[in-house]
Amino acid sequence: MDWMKIGSALLLGAMIIFLFPRAKMMLKHSPKAVSGDWQAVLLPLAAIIGFIILLVMSV
Amino acid sequence: MYRNQTVVRPAESALATNKVLRNTYTLLSMTMLFSAAMAAISVFVESGPGTYLISVMGAMGLIWLVLPRTANSGAGVGVVFAITGLMGFGLGGVLNQYLALSNGSQLIMTAMGGTGVIFLGLSAYALTTRRDFSFLGGMLFVGMLVILVAALANIFLDIPAMTLAISSVIIILMSGFILYDTSRIIHGGETNYILATVSLYLSIYNIFISLLQILGALSGDD
Repeated sequence: MDWMKIGSALLLGAMIIFLFPRAKMMLKHSPKAVSGDWQAVLLPLAAIIGFIILLVMSV
Repeated sequence: MYRNQTVVRPAESALATNKVLRNTYTLLSMTMLFSAAMAAISVFVESGPGTYLISVMGAMGLIWLVLPRTANSGAGVGVVFAITGLMGFGLGGVLNQYLALSNGSQLIMTAMGGTGVIFLGLSAYALTTRRDFSFLGGMLFVGMLVILVAALANIFLDIPAMTLAISSVIIILMSGFILYDTSRIIHGGETNYILATVSLYLSIYNIFISLLQILGALSGDD
């Protein structure tokens, strides 16, 4: 195993350790979605997926 | 008197929000230009893929250890430039690998344009709808955690399809983060333009890298 893989693994491991308490806290304290909220998120995300497919087809 | 207060407060709040938004976009555009200049230098000096890892490690160190202590002072602006400069320089190492492909420059330009369209589109959407996307917070952070674990596993598994799946999910997650961060600025959840700039910069950077990876893998040029 080369040093790039070890370095990447160490970096990702550090990110996970750093992010874990924040994710736990955010999950506990995030406000709940109300009616129409998810639709408002899924619509632009679907547009982005379509746009990426278009980009992939163009190259 | 009471009436004045109720009228003035939202106006002051809106002014403060606009100020944070303006400062964020100004600093973001300046750091993007600086980052691009550093990437150009890195390409010019033909830095290798190891540069990316070392630069990202340095930038993460600054984000975790230095930025929280300097975000409320003028020094924070310098730290943001150091972070984005390092990330830009690291990007050069990745760009050199793509430039070695016959259609490398086309891939890079397509990924750059695509990232710009995604960021501008999502920002315009969040700004015009003025919807509160704070409910996304928990899901985005947990999603990020899951994708980091998957990326860590894939270092050892080395499955190309998993790499593509991870890149695709990162683009979706970062798009969610753009909506979340922009909405936080609009609704007063984020009042520090330095932290807001770093958050948006990281989302744009990750979208660009992931899009480049997807385009590179699916363009048919090995």
